[in-house]
Amino acid sequence: MSVLATDGRQLSTGDERRLVTDGPRVTPDDILQTAARLRREVGQGFHEQLMADMYADAAQLAGRAVTQPGEAQRFDLDRAIDRIVTSRLWGFPLMILLFTLVFWITIAGANIPSQWLSSLLIGVVYPWLNSAAAAIGVPGWLSGLLIDGVYLATAWVVSVMLPPMAIFFPLFTLLEDFGYLPRVAFNLDNAFRKSGAHGKQALSMMMGFGCNAAGVVATRVIDSPRERIIAMITNNFALCNGRWPTQILIATIFIGGLVPAWLAGFVSAAAVVSIAVLGVAFTFGVSWFLSRTMLRGEVSTFSLELPPYRPPRIRQTIVTSLIDRTIYVLWRAVVFAAPAGAVIWLIANVTIAGQPIAVYLVNFLNPFGLLLGLNGVILLAYVVAIPANEIVIPTVLMLTVLLTGASGIDSGAGVLVQTNSNATILSVLGAGGWTLLTGVNLMLFSLLHNPCSTTIYTIYKESGSKKWTAVAALLPLAMGLIVTFVVAQVWRLVGI
Amino acid sequence: MTPTTSDRQPPMIDASACAGCPMHNPGQLQRLGVDMTDWDYVIALAGNPNVGKSTVFNALTGLRQHTGNWPGKTVTRAEGGFVYDGARYKIVDLPGTYSLLSTSLDEQVARDFILFGRPDVTIVVVDATRLERNLNLALQVLAITDRAVICLNLVDEAERSGLLVDDRRLARDLGVPVVPTAARQNRGLDELLAAVNEVATGRFVGRPHRVQSQAAGVGRAVDELTAQLATAFPGLPNARWVALRLLDGDESIIRAVRSGELGELGHQEQIMLEVVR
Repeated sequence: MSVLATDGRQLSTGDERRLVTDGPRVTPDDILQTAARLRREVGQGFHEQLMADMYADAAQLAGRAVTQPGEAQRFDLDRAIDRIVTSRLWGFPLMILLFTLVFWITIAGANIPSQWLSSLLIGVVYPWLNSAAAAIGVPGWLSGLLIDGVYLATAWVVSVMLPPMAIFFPLFTLLEDFGYLPRVAFNLDNAFRKSGAHGKQALSMMMGFGCNAAGVVATRVIDSPRERIIAMITNNFALCNGRWPTQILIATIFIGGLVPAWLAGFVSAAAVVSIAVLGVAFTFGVSWFLSRTMLRGEVSTFSLELPPYRPPRIRQTIVTSLIDRTIYVLWRAVVFAAPAGAVIWLIANVTIAGQPIAVYLVNFLNPFGLLLGLNGVILLAYVVAIPANEIVIPTVLMLTVLLTGASGIDSGAGVLVQTNSNATILSVLGAGGWTLLTGVNLMLFSLLHNPCSTTIYTIYKESGSKKWTAVAALLPLAMGLIVTFVVAQVWRLVGI
Repeated sequence: MTPTTSDRQPPMIDASACAGCPMHNPGQLQRLGVDMTDWDYVIALAGNPNVGKSTVFNALTGLRQHTGNWPGKTVTRAEGGFVYDGARYKIVDLPGTYSLLSTSLDEQVARDFILFGRPDVTIVVVDATRLERNLNLALQVLAITDRAVICLNLVDEAERSGLLVDDRRLARDLGVPVVPTAARQNRGLDELLAAVNEVATGRFVGRPHRVQSQAAGVGRAVDELTAQLATAFPGLPNARWVALRLLDGDESIIRAVRSGELGELGHQEQIMLEVVR
């Protein structure tokens, strides 16, 4: 028996025994050296040859297994649809029209169930809870904290968010299931390339329209680290679940209120779409800026597969989007709203020198807020809402009622009852000194501010860099401050 | 009034309608959702983007991993479990990739799991309407493992566009089981499970098609490197593939050799290389 040593030398029997006792000694470095030598020997074209061999095999195997249809090319519906929805001329207008339609259905459809829910949860359940608490002798501070704080904030979140989400998510999922999203990516690819970003960023942006944290994770499809960082930083400009309800509500109240009732739904939808489109524009603008300053480099190419259109499975889509997205997002909102409600109630009811803490905070923030065309309540709400954007509107409403003593308040501070219509919300906000400018700037600030803490943490985990996490958190906030400031100053100058 | 075709035919039970029903469960598939304690076998689900991996995953586990008609939805691994024929299976839904060669994070997640996770069976989901391109990935998987089952998905779409795919011929050529399915309609999943079961239990041993390089001198170079690898890392299940990757200058494989990580492949049953976390 003979054994080959690693260098090819034939070993004698004595050598063999030594080998057995010592064990074969091929170190990783030996292997890497051999590999490097052999790599030089096989030459440059090795990789290409490898790929070519594989492609040839795949083609041959597929050719043997597949029988092509004998008839001539039939009318191809997919291609016909693609020709329209990805056309240079019609692609963008169709995209905007389609999304406007989705929001119009959402806004028009959500109004009535929203009223039902709030009259049930706030008009019926809330007084019942109060009287039940009084009947069993719960101390005032505890029932205030639990019912006026935790319960009301949660009820607000549910009645404001559930109906639009229950309509919007299934519609969006149907579009997704149908195969429209890759076409959107196709349409946007050119713009992304011109911004120095990766075309696949369109896909992570689409995920961002659902949830920015998910969008940041979705940037993993982008190979180049430079382009991936760009995609992470700009993902926040895609309006997320937590912000759609804010946009929809404020647009319905302030923008929809400007026009006759029959136009209101459409105009509100158009306003929401404009903010979303503005967000996309900021995505391009900031990508362009980053790829020319902090993140310079070449744009990498990729191929995007346009999948066949598939008839959406309507029942399943509705069920899964209700369970996976609507309930999930609602649950997250409730989880954050409950403690936030307690915090709001506490700062509204714990007094220092006869004044609630909230009054000090709001008064402190108010001058900055007014400078930005917002107010102290909104800024405070955005501090409270750092864990989740979902609770901005409930916080704003509860704080406004507290500070203004607006209509529909009960005896306790910070308690809002009987708000079963948008008109009531408008009157509450009107009492809080809100104008059209406040509404518009809230929509802008909702688009442009720091991502929620979950997203910030996800960016840190995905990028592994404190620096880029800080940029991703602070850049949108700075932009929001600048944009709202400029809008407010111009607005007041023009004197609308 | 002229009778229509259906009027004339006697009423009969359409067997295919049963197979399409989610309640149809001849193989005692028991969906376990995320409960995957004490599994007997680990299954990896690989394939090109948007061929229905997550749909297959959901159908087998009863979970609702996000599905949608666009490539790139799944970027992390999703895991779930099911019981079939008395054995507990853990199934891992991998990100969709076109190849296992390049370096983007989603491709790396997929490759590292197939290579280092050493699943008992790798299901390669391929799109019947785009077989040629999909086979590129299947061939790469077969280069790593012989414990594979091809799930020829979307046969309903292929039928609609008039394509006929000969799954038996494909199975003979590839040397591993090929099961035609339409996962969206729950068609063919029982057969898929049966095939997976065969491979997992070792009743079927695949002899996969391996791509032979046409380039001069490559065969000898691969042989030499494979021999060295086999000496340094005894028990390495896919030394030949590793040799090819080294010849190609694959950085992550070079790293795995240098750190000795590759060697653990021969010894340990379960190594989950956590690229992501």
